[in-house]
Amino acid sequence: MNETLEQIVKDMKERFAAQITEYAGDSTVILTPEYLLDAVQTLRGEHNFNMLIDATAVDYWPDQEPRFHMVYHLYSMLNNLILRLRVPLNGNAPHVPTLEKLYPAANWKEREVWDMFGITFDGHSDPRRIVMPYDWQGHPLRKDYPLGYEEVQFTFNAVEIDKRKPYAKE
Amino acid sequence: MGLESKTGNMGVVTTTLENVVNWSRTNSMWPLLFGLACCAIEMMGAQASNYDLSRFGMELNRASPRQSDLMIVAGRVSRKMAPVLRQLYDQMPDPKWVLAMGDCASCGGVFNNYAVVQGVDEVVPVDVYVSGCPPRPEGLIHGIVTLHEKVKKEKITHWA
Repeated sequence: MNETLEQIVKDMKERFAAQITEYAGDSTVILTPEYLLDAVQTLRGEHNFNMLIDATAVDYWPDQEPRFHMVYHLYSMLNNLILRLRVPLNGNAPHVPTLEKLYPAANWKEREVWDMFGITFDGHSDPRRIVMPYDWQGHPLRKDYPLGYEEVQFTFNAVEIDKRKPYAKE
Repeated sequence: MGLESKTGNMGVVTTTLENVVNWSRTNSMWPLLFGLACCAIEMMGAQASNYDLSRFGMELNRASPRQSDLMIVAGRVSRKMAPVLRQLYDQMPDPKWVLAMGDCASCGGVFNNYAVVQGVDEVVPVDVYVSGCPPRPEGLIHGIVTLHEKVKKEKITHWA
């Protein structure tokens, strides 16, 4: 691991009770939601992580508990370092503080995560859907969301399905 | 110099109103630009010099629904796009036709899921379906010529 990154990761471990995992030279810092805002503030202010590359989420249902992982990728232009933060979240009304105050780019990324996974961002200035229509029900990238599969028309059932297919009027 | 002195006496042609109107409709059909996915690339290819859609009187694709009478839905329509599609269709002046280009526009294609409309015939009435993923420009042109055949058969009683 890079020496600077090693120092930063050590700092995270000591000050914010973070767990560290490493895979193929990339370090991941696993944080609890309470420490997230302080940790990111430290990374941004003291360690020059001045760019939020991505904010996304993963749903590990039904294999893992806690179910959701909020994932942040931070980039330091000064040191050319990338750091990944993970925040495990319970499936029951998951919520994390917004990073919008620190990184304005988080606005849309968090909107997308809310749209797709239903993770609420406390203090977000514009908590609307961004990808799905505004009146959409549910959060499609959750693993328990139905795919909305429609029956495929083959020669043997084409006529039958055709009867109940909603065709548009003039 | 008038036309007569150039071409000589052209005489008189008699035909029916129906034929004249259908002929003019088929030979000056202006498509609405509705490229949504990879089918749009083939639609551009059909319009460009190799295939030259202008041969069939489709001189230019209009970006405005008010100036067009054929909607070529090229690509998959998401549920969020569906109201937009319908609004553009409603804004087109009569007479108007819809051509569903490609598998996605015709029946949802490979995208059998919650986000994609399973065939634009759920949103607008479709006249011609063109299969293919995406259809080649020849396929699109064949679809358009098929639509021309349909328009040529329209009856004067149906206009009113």
